[in-house]
Order: sequence, then structure tokens, then C-alpha cells
Amino acid sequence: MRDLWRKLSVAGRLCLVVIAAYFAMAVYGEVQYRVARAKDVTPSYNVVHEDARYLPPSLSHPMGTDNLGRDVAQRLVQGSRIAFHVGIMTSLIAIPLGLVLGLLGGYFGGKVDSLVVWLCATVASMPGLLFILAISLIAGQGLLGIYLGIGLTTWVGVCRTIRAEVMKHRDRAYVQAARVLGYSHLRIMFRHILPNVAHIILIQFSIRFPGAVATEVFISFLGIGVQGEPSWGIMINNARLRLWQGIWWEMTFVTLAIFTLVLVFNHLADELRDLLDPALRNKS
Amino acid sequence: MLRYIARRLLELIPTTFGILVLTFVLFHVVGGSPALAVLGKNATKESIAAFNARYGYDKPLLVNTEKGASLFDSQFCNFVGNLAKGDFGVSTQYDEPVADILKRGVGPSLSLTVPILVGGTVVALSLALLCAAFRGGWLDRTVLVGSTVLMSVNYVVWVLAGQFFLAFKGGLFPIWGYENWFYLALPVIIGVVSGLGVDVRFFRTAILDEIYKSYVRTARAKGLSGTTILVKHVLRNSLIPIVTYISLAIPYLFTGSLLLESFFGIPGLGNVSLNAIHSADMAVVRAVVVLGALLYQTVNLATDLLYAWLDPRVRLG
Repeated sequence: MRDLWRKLSVAGRLCLVVIAAYFAMAVYGEVQYRVARAKDVTPSYNVVHEDARYLPPSLSHPMGTDNLGRDVAQRLVQGSRIAFHVGIMTSLIAIPLGLVLGLLGGYFGGKVDSLVVWLCATVASMPGLLFILAISLIAGQGLLGIYLGIGLTTWVGVCRTIRAEVMKHRDRAYVQAARVLGYSHLRIMFRHILPNVAHIILIQFSIRFPGAVATEVFISFLGIGVQGEPSWGIMINNARLRLWQGIWWEMTFVTLAIFTLVLVFNHLADELRDLLDPALRNKS
Repeated sequence: MLRYIARRLLELIPTTFGILVLTFVLFHVVGGSPALAVLGKNATKESIAAFNARYGYDKPLLVNTEKGASLFDSQFCNFVGNLAKGDFGVSTQYDEPVADILKRGVGPSLSLTVPILVGGTVVALSLALLCAAFRGGWLDRTVLVGSTVLMSVNYVVWVLAGQFFLAFKGGLFPIWGYENWFYLALPVIIGVVSGLGVDVRFFRTAILDEIYKSYVRTARAKGLSGTTILVKHVLRNSLIPIVTYISLAIPYLFTGSLLLESFFGIPGLGNVSLNAIHSADMAVVRAVVVLGALLYQTVNLATDLLYAWLDPRVRLG
């Protein structure tokens, strides 16, 4: 890991620092959320202040207040909590699923591979966003629906890259040696091949994360996602109507927050791919 | 070639089956009782039973093993059979056949999505060619940074900002409606710009994948000009990934754009689907999902056959 930090460009390191800052924000938000739940009180970011509606940014409210007098900055922190939940939870569904299927298909080939390819082809033909929306709707609106909707549709990319890479390793000398030594298939797959393709997991995580965050914003914006908690998508939807009346602060800060997180993740994903994927080196 | 076509057609069967099973499981098994969704919370046991009997929801899920009944008289088989007949059920929201709603929506959707695809491809491909011609230079780097920035702006924000700044503040375009072609201008611009980042990056990589191959060196050694090599040799050879990429967008032409259509009041399939999602009109959602997936299969097959026809390596390989 330290090696990776050294190899990253200055911009790449900056991206990691920004992501760490967002993560700290998310952890702070999580603590705030849990404490309020444990005490059974309305958390401060959800308390309505009738006398403090539509306040422009000031020292006490650095990002202003919204239509119910709630502090935009505090709600933004909660939004990053939800963004990280979505990014991490959907990865926890999609990456293991894609990894195991990709390993199985790539290693065994033949019938097993046909099955994996068939699963990938089937899921990949479903019309993206609408399919995710349908799953979220059926799984019940809320975070669980979003996790399942995004997680169960985006493992295909992980599976395909892992499978292609494993196929390259399948007939290499070290795998043959392990086979001659009589190791079980499971052991060869997970102890011998997996470490050699593990860099893909990191790359795929950095690619998937911003995508998942952006999709959650979209779903929650439509009102099908998170309910009752200030997700970034809900904040945008809230701010949208007020924008026409000149209340610019909520919209501006929320879009900036989403843009920055997605941008640094996209850039980091690019750098990681260039660093870790030898096939792509010297190309751009 | 005939053998290749036959093989590809056979391969279509398991995937189509997969799509049907997946949709069926999602909408009929996990999705729960459609009776409750339609009849509401005050439904009585009798009315639910009557509803289920009328629409066949009381039948077994996969195969009918009851004595005297046809083996295929099950929910799944009827679902597939109805699809084959072009019967997509009845919309609970509009109380009319889903097929009619879909037919009405395709035209407006296409009028929006086709210009977006054509415009987006032309702009992105030109930019990518410029990048490849001046690779490593300031233009290349600017476009590359620019496209990373463009693709990091949330789609929701593109739509809202475009409508707010260009239509509302700037007054350059109508804000909402579907009356003449001018109403489509702003949604098309937004659609093109929002997809530009990803497209340029993909096309640029596809072109650069070719540019380091040895035939390019040969062409240069022959004394051909940079433009000739780029357009006549490199672009032609990088067409396979590029055409594949574009063809993947074709099914979405028909299903339309969820957000653009609903924000600009275009009565297309995206608008219809989003309304259906909001009012839990599952028959409509199911129809669009299934048709979108089947269309994807068809387009995929068509592109593969096109390659096989154009490039013997594909059908022999």
C-alpha cells in the first residue's frame, strides 16, 4: 500500500486525501445518526426551525438553511454518509459475486464457463437504470432496495474482467505446478490465482464507487430511494423547486459535493488502472 | 457464413430464456401479489380470489402438474405466451392495454434519442480523432481532463442546470413542451453534452489501441500523410469496438430517456416508464424491461452478423 502511495502522482494523492476527508465526514455523520437513534430524538439535521427558513450562507450556517430551516451543511454531511453506505454496500454485493463467478468461469472453462457467460449475458441485456429502479421498487423503497438494485446489476463488469484475467493464468506454469502437487481446485483458485488478479478488485472498486454514488443520487432524486434521511438526491430534488425563486445555496453546495467526490474517484480510478494494469501501460 | 448464423441464432435461445425467467421471477415471484397493487388495501379475500382467477394468478408458477390440466397452463408459460402474442397486459394506471401505450411512446422517444446518439457520436468521434492526432499534446490533455470533468457531473444536474440556465434564465429555449422541433433542441443538447465525457474517452482509447500497430508504421514509412493514415487506416480498423459501443446504445433509443423526457414534457417511453415507476404500474414497467432486453439481444445479434459479414476472421475464428 505504501508502495502505491509513492507511485501515485500528486493529483492522485490529492484525490486520496479528498476521499479520506469525505470518509471522515461520513463517519462523523454516522456517529451523529446513531447517537440520535440511540437517544430516540430527532437528529439536529432533521429538526425544523420555522424562524430560520431560507437563510443564505452565514457564519452560523456556512451553507445556509433549507425550506424548513434545517442546516444545509449538516444535511450534506449526512448525504456523504449515505453515499459511502451505497458505495461500500453495493461493492460488497457486486464484487464478491463477480469475483467468484469470474474465477469459476475462467478457471474451469467448459460448461461452468458457459453458465457464467450466460448469466452475464442475461443480466447485461436488462435495460440498466429502469431495471435498477424496478428492483428498488420491488425490494421496497429505501436503502436496501438501492443496495440490491445497483449491486445485483453491476457485478457483470467485475465478472467479465476477472474471468478474462483468470483465463490468462489458467495454463501458466505456477498453476500447473500447483495442480501436479495435488492441490484442490478451490485452493488453486483462491490461494494461487486470486492474489495475481487481486489488483482488479481495487480497480473495479474505484470504478464502481462513483457510479454507485451517482446512481443513488438519481434514484433518490426520483423519490424511490432513501426516505426521510437527507440523501444528496433528495436534497437536489428539494432545492430544485426553490432554485427558481433564487435560493441558490442548497443546490450549489450539494452539486459541488457530489461532483467533487465523483471527480476525485474517477481520476483515482484512472491512475490506479494505469499503475496496476500492465496491459494498459504505455498506452495513454 | 450460414453455419455462423445458425450458431448465433441457437445461442440466442438460452439468453432469451434467461431474460424471461429473470423478469418473471422479479415481477411475479418476488414482486408479490398484483391483486393487492391493483385492488388496494381494502380488497376482500373474495375480490382477491376473483382477481387472481380472472388473470390466472391462481395457477402454478412454473409448470402445471395437476391432473387433466395442460402441462403448460402455468403463470410462467402464459406470461411467455402472451408476450409472444404481443399482449403485455393492462396498465393499472391508465386502464388500457400496455401495447397501445408503448406504441404511442416510441415515436416521441425516437425523435429525442436518435438526434442525441447521432450528434453525440459525431462530436465525440471528432474530438477523439483530434486527440489521437495530437496525442500527448496540450489539446489531447485538455480534452482528456475535460471529459473526466464532464463525466463527473451528475446526470440529474445536467438536466436541471440546462433547463434552469438556458431555458429559464437565458430564455434561449422553451422550458417545457413537445410542439415543434425547437422544443427538442435543449433536451438534445443536454443529452449530447452529458454523454460526451464517457464517449470521448472510449473512442480515444479505441483509436489509440490501433495507432501503435505496425501497419501504421509501414504506412508512415510509405510516406502517407498523417491525416490519411488516421482516417483511412486507423479509424477503419478501430471501427469494431466503436461500432459495438454505439450499437449498445440502440436499444435505449426505443426505451427513451427517463429524466429528459419527464423534465421537458416529451410524451415518450421514458416518460411513460417513469410515471409507471412512480405509480407502481408494474405491467408497464415489466413490458419496457422485457422489450428493452429482447431488443438488446436482437441488436447484439445484428451487429455480430454484420461483423461476420465484413470480417472473415470473426466467422472463422
